[in-house]
Amino acid sequence: MHKLLASTYKELLLLSRDIGGLAILFVMPLVLVVTITLIQDSTFRSINDNKIPILWVDYDKGEVSKNIYDGLAESNSFKIIGKESDSEAKELVFKGEYQLAIVLPPNLSSELEKKVNLNVEGLLSKFGLEEETPQSQKPDLEKKEVILYFDPATQMAFKNSIKNGIDKMIFKIETQTIYKAFQSQITDDETEAIFDTESFITFKEITPSIGENEIIPNSVQHNVPAWTLFAIFFIIVPLSINMVKEKSQGTFVRLRTNPVSYLTVLGGKTLVYLSVCLIQFGLMLGIGVYLFPILGLPSLDVSGKIPQLFLVAIFAGLAAIGLGLLLGTVAKTQEQSAPFGATFVVILAALGGVWVPVFIMPKFMQTLSNLSPMNWGLNAFYDVFLRDVGIIDLVPELTLLFLFFIITTAISILYNERKNAV
Amino acid sequence: MIQISQLSKKYKNNEEYSVVDLDLKIDEGEIFGLLGPNGAGKTTLISMLSSLIKPTSGSFSINGLNYQKNGNQLKQLIGIVPQEYALYPTLTAYENLYYLGSMYGLKGRELKEKINFHLEILGLEKFSNKKLDTFSGGMKRRVNLIASILHNPKVLFLDEPTVGVDVHSKNVIIENLKKLNSQGTTIVYTSHHLNEAEEFCTKVAIIDHGRIIIEGAPKILISQYPESHNLEDVFLTLTGKALRDHA
Repeated sequence: MHKLLASTYKELLLLSRDIGGLAILFVMPLVLVVTITLIQDSTFRSINDNKIPILWVDYDKGEVSKNIYDGLAESNSFKIIGKESDSEAKELVFKGEYQLAIVLPPNLSSELEKKVNLNVEGLLSKFGLEEETPQSQKPDLEKKEVILYFDPATQMAFKNSIKNGIDKMIFKIETQTIYKAFQSQITDDETEAIFDTESFITFKEITPSIGENEIIPNSVQHNVPAWTLFAIFFIIVPLSINMVKEKSQGTFVRLRTNPVSYLTVLGGKTLVYLSVCLIQFGLMLGIGVYLFPILGLPSLDVSGKIPQLFLVAIFAGLAAIGLGLLLGTVAKTQEQSAPFGATFVVILAALGGVWVPVFIMPKFMQTLSNLSPMNWGLNAFYDVFLRDVGIIDLVPELTLLFLFFIITTAISILYNERKNAV
Repeated sequence: MIQISQLSKKYKNNEEYSVVDLDLKIDEGEIFGLLGPNGAGKTTLISMLSSLIKPTSGSFSINGLNYQKNGNQLKQLIGIVPQEYALYPTLTAYENLYYLGSMYGLKGRELKEKINFHLEILGLEKFSNKKLDTFSGGMKRRVNLIASILHNPKVLFLDEPTVGVDVHSKNVIIENLKKLNSQGTTIVYTSHHLNEAEEFCTKVAIIDHGRIIIEGAPKILISQYPESHNLEDVFLTLTGKALRDHA
């Protein structure tokens, strides 16, 4: 025990002497979480102050184009800039000056109305309510295309959401035109409400709640756990560098001649770096609770969750430290440990669902994701923040994280013994 | 005190043995010098005796303790002064010694008193709270020595303890080693400074290609080779004058 305490004290001294390293260790994760949350916040907000400018070329100037225009304007996401020519809009978008241009073809509204009327008349004539139009008299209507120009750098998700949005608007307009056509065939009174054109099926989102308070996910509740975990795992970089330094200074060799086990040496490092993880975590929570509201972000709600959150942080920290101990044991130089450690954390984060949710990953990657300790940690944090679970429900994820720590530490000790049996 | 029997070491990637079937007995209270050209097997032998590397075959015991059965007890008996400084540059001399002394189970007042005592004896008491990275090579060597003797080892292994050291520091180190020896510590030491070894050691062994080629008190060895005036002459006669560059 005395040797473990002495090792812990030594690690603490080594860390405290590296003021620059300490600052990086504590400040960079805070900068990271603030930056990412500010960036991602807009995607979670229903009202977005930063409107995306898009180009609007209207050759139709009819009912359909007016409806689409109104729909885009009402979404509050776009600043619509009118252009007279298709070619000008295309050029500006392809140059990357705008993300999107929407070109509505001429006679879109009138042709749509014609097509719907023909269909309705055809249908009614089948019921004997109208004179059947001979096939030869049916006008041949050309299909209309709404043209979308996207900047080649535009992300697929943005493209898809625009396409879906416009598709939905056109579908709605078509439906309304059909109802209108039926109405004009059935009655001459345009004000008579024959059809209820309001959507029959609507969506209602039910979210978990604590008492009467609903837990509505926001960018802060998604970002703080994800990026805090990312920062916690980044501890493997300074930890492995610390171990590699000891090798190059010769102190590791000296310790091997002392009557002290490698486990005790690693124990001292574990205690100190776990404390660093927990301080980091506390600072992150503090930032979420106190600084975010000042920056105009939603406040992080930690009420009643502090014990569960720190429990998850302890186990996630242990998993990260286990990985750092292993890397520090295996790596021979800082040039090996630092880049590998940093890249490996990024890979683990990607696999763990920090950037892209696991459920949209390919099947194979989803399976791999189950092996990422960051995925277990992230799930545990989401359980606490968004699903409001108790400590018992966290046991599976905490067990996995702890097992990961035990296994990586055991491999470090075995590797060290084997390596020394030169 | 130290009984070595048929000890051999072959590193994994080497074709040749670094130490070959070596038999050696070092008595208690001796200052034993292991001398030899570069790559002769001196450091490998000391590394095995200090539990840093495992022998390929053979065995050894120190004070009756076998290295295989009594690993930690044996480590408690010995002290090692490695070739490198093997200290934490950002810690002070006192902090380094406090930590390394703790690893031998020393603690509290006893440890503090020992640290202060040795710092004073080796002329470093004024610098105890200075960081190691501000120390000269000679000062670091002295701290390196203190770190290995805080627990009063029965046997002290020193791997070139005076290499790159100023004359004053070297003198202080040698005088203190003699003092330690007079208090009962057996010293096993390697060096390329043959004049120093001749004066300092009670017995030496010249080792080459992993084997001991001669062993005895320096004066007796010199007398065995009439054309030799000192240990260096004996050394060159036995090992030849060809360069022994080793990587």
